[in-house]
Amino acid sequence: MLAAIGVESPQDLFEQIPESLRLGRPLDLPPGLGEAEVYERLSELAARNHDAEQEVCFLGAGMYDHYVPAIVDAITQRSEFLTPYTPYQPEISQGGLQVMFEFQTAMSELTALPVSTAGLYEGPSSVASAGYLAIGATKGRRRFVASRGVHPHSRETLRTYSAGFGAELIEVGLDSGLTDATALAEAVDEETAAVFLQCPNFLGAVEDVEALGAAAREHGALLVVAADPMTLGVLRPPGECGADIALGEGQPLGNRLDFGGPSFGFFCGTEELIRRLPGRIAGETNDVDGRRGFCLALQTREQHIRREKATHNICTAQALNALAAMVHLAWLGRQGFRELGELLVRRTDYARRRLAAVEGVELLHEAPVVREFAIELAAPVDRVLMRCAERGIAAGHPLGDDYPEHPNGLLVAITERRTKEQIDALAEAIGAAISAEAVAV
Amino acid sequence: MSEREQSMQSEEVLTIFEKSQAGRRAAVLPDAEVPETPLEELIPARMLRSEPPRLPEIAEPEIIRHYNRLSRRNFDLDTGFYPLGSCTMKHNPRLNERVAALPGHARLHPAQAPARAQGALELMWLLQRSLAEICGLPHVSLQPSAGSHGELAGLLLTRAYHADRGEERRKVLTPDTSHGTNPATVTMAGFEVVKVATDEQGGVEMEDLREKVSEDVACLMLTNPNTLGVFDENIAEIAAMIHEVGGTLYYDGANLNAVMGHSRPGDMGFDIVHVNLHKSFSQPHGGGGPGAGPIAVSDRIEPFLPRPQVVRREGGNGSGPVFDLEMERPKSIGRLRGFQGNFGVFVRSYAYILSLGADGLAEASETAVLNANYLKARLAEGRAGRHLPIAFDRHCMHEFVLSGRPMKRELGVATLDFAKRLLDFGFHPPTVYFPLLVEEALMVEPTETETKETLDAFADAVDQILAEAEEDPEIAKNAPYSTPVRRLDEVKATRRPVVRQPS
Repeated sequence: MLAAIGVESPQDLFEQIPESLRLGRPLDLPPGLGEAEVYERLSELAARNHDAEQEVCFLGAGMYDHYVPAIVDAITQRSEFLTPYTPYQPEISQGGLQVMFEFQTAMSELTALPVSTAGLYEGPSSVASAGYLAIGATKGRRRFVASRGVHPHSRETLRTYSAGFGAELIEVGLDSGLTDATALAEAVDEETAAVFLQCPNFLGAVEDVEALGAAAREHGALLVVAADPMTLGVLRPPGECGADIALGEGQPLGNRLDFGGPSFGFFCGTEELIRRLPGRIAGETNDVDGRRGFCLALQTREQHIRREKATHNICTAQALNALAAMVHLAWLGRQGFRELGELLVRRTDYARRRLAAVEGVELLHEAPVVREFAIELAAPVDRVLMRCAERGIAAGHPLGDDYPEHPNGLLVAITERRTKEQIDALAEAIGAAISAEAVAV
Repeated sequence: MSEREQSMQSEEVLTIFEKSQAGRRAAVLPDAEVPETPLEELIPARMLRSEPPRLPEIAEPEIIRHYNRLSRRNFDLDTGFYPLGSCTMKHNPRLNERVAALPGHARLHPAQAPARAQGALELMWLLQRSLAEICGLPHVSLQPSAGSHGELAGLLLTRAYHADRGEERRKVLTPDTSHGTNPATVTMAGFEVVKVATDEQGGVEMEDLREKVSEDVACLMLTNPNTLGVFDENIAEIAAMIHEVGGTLYYDGANLNAVMGHSRPGDMGFDIVHVNLHKSFSQPHGGGGPGAGPIAVSDRIEPFLPRPQVVRREGGNGSGPVFDLEMERPKSIGRLRGFQGNFGVFVRSYAYILSLGADGLAEASETAVLNANYLKARLAEGRAGRHLPIAFDRHCMHEFVLSGRPMKRELGVATLDFAKRLLDFGFHPPTVYFPLLVEEALMVEPTETETKETLDAFADAVDQILAEAEEDPEIAKNAPYSTPVRRLDEVKATRRPVVRQPS
């Protein structure tokens, strides 16, 4: 090979790098290891985590410990899905492109909006991307109004992005767990590009999206609704409540917890917004012989074609994670998806009643919930969590950092994996922890 | 065409929705175990869905058959050569999938208390340290989810850095060879794109740069080696010019695979670098993600890094170090996404770095550069040399660019036709029509994980396609023939978009 190139050693090829910029020493990293050794090192690290396999997990706050069916792993681990690049050559990418088309159909069905993209990075950055879209769609309005019921990570990410494209975020508070409708109506005006709601909101409460959205419609602002896809088998979909954009964190559909990623963000919109949407979209077409086929559509929105005029900068996103979601949804099926939603509502209702009956526990709000609810403890929440952890229970997500008005608030999430017995054990553990703390004081 | 190819072309394509039959299903859900209260008693009826979404109704055997059949309609890296320029399609070790799937990683909840996720935080910290060493910059944030997300982070950091000094700068310089994500990011971050020309050597045109450098320049975004596969020898001078006027230097790490262990962006003078873990660090591309785009930064940028940041604190009383998520970062630009980033990608890339080690990473880059130069030499011969000349004829780094201009003029075969004919030979084509300044461009990146035999087979196929085109250009112009579908009407898909199954 060297002779064909006309050099004596591969090092000669690096001579185009000026000598002063060549490292001239080995990287300060350990020497390489064999496969078995790497496995052992990573197993040791993994063993130092308390995962949902070994403790009973009531943590939620946007990502949930659902059962991912074996068929998802079997399909997503196939080389043909795992190892290709983005489908730039549609003739040899029909599998991936058809999956995108099916995924778009499924997300359109879930949200009741006509158009879906093939997916973005994850939930909160999808919220921020909707902000960027809204500025373009409203001809340069530069103010957002967001409910404090929107995930704190989403509001923060929207603020981070807004520093770039130049927009201001106004937050509207909660009243009894739900967005304060009067305050929201007052905050929205002719300068508002978009109104952001989340349903169920961060505290688990089901918002009256349609009623709250009236303020956005009245002033020509976009209504952006962040949804938990797993609740859309039972809840009225955002598209039927007047949403212009429905988006959210896709992890509950077929994706592992993975300490927060990779998952995917879904992003659906109205027909009017189709040419402004961020990221890939697959479309149906035909080949020269008339055969049905799929390809990337509306690429004139995208960075590789439009460069500085693109509607977004996104390139690599989360195609494999969207496939996982599609397989999970097909496995659940129309009936199963509905039944799972009903199961969540009933078990969550049971859990909420069970915990409310515990001495020292009060409901943070009494609004309807689907799969997560908030309580307030009569003892320091961190101490209670520690005591529950000693019993092998991750009791929930403490609310104090994001909602200082609820210093001992706790968010408790339910999935189909959390049995009645586990819920009873949680109630007992929290009760015992609160009593023990009372004694300790 | 093989029988299998013929059968695939004649197969009727149905979506999973079209295979749905009312009443069929796969999932068996657990019993409720709690009172079956009617939903309307728990949630007001007007907030409930009247009819379940029309998801497919289908049994498990049919689901797996459907997706297996679809998978066969994809070409993938595990099946064949994939020299897609700037995408670094290197082998994805299966060990990495295995360790990412360990329950301690895969079932770890992102809101788990840091004290109970010490293994994960230590892994993230170790990956941060490794990437800092490879990039030659002291601080790393793993948060960005892909290269373009890292670019956005970089420009938001640049904005915060200038704002902290009481300055508001408007312009960002990018060479005309840059990836499309660069200018798209500039706009998204609220800056104005200023293009810089490319010189005859394929590097930044210094005269043009000198004219455009001013105190209004916030940042210069550069890929080095650039998308022509050329290492810009003037980089130290370029860095000095930008630093002179107070701007930052951003390194698009898409091409880092050329220089690992040989040269470091930090030593070249860059302030911010993103690393595509799904390119140089072997995370599988997944048909368009997931990836991750961590950033490494210099001391002056560090205060502004996204939060939370993974930190190591020395333990007290003789206990070991403790890893934590630092939230209190007063100058931080804030979050770029939820939770801590694409952790599953971090596990795979850290496993890759452990496997290769210091020497292995340097050797990977060396072999990547060797392979690219060998393939370039093979393609400089004979027909390829005549019809598809090298755009910038010098030793390349990990990739190189050919121009299909003579082929188009003399044979009437465009780069697109040539790429489509490669499909019939079982190869994924190079990146086409990029970079924009090379007419009819083909950008070829073989990576280090290909053998000489594969490179030779590819060069032979190129020669065969050109020989055939000399005889009869119509063959290439109507290609491909053996793929599951032939050329698609992409214009129709955009003019009259059908982006979902009709309901």
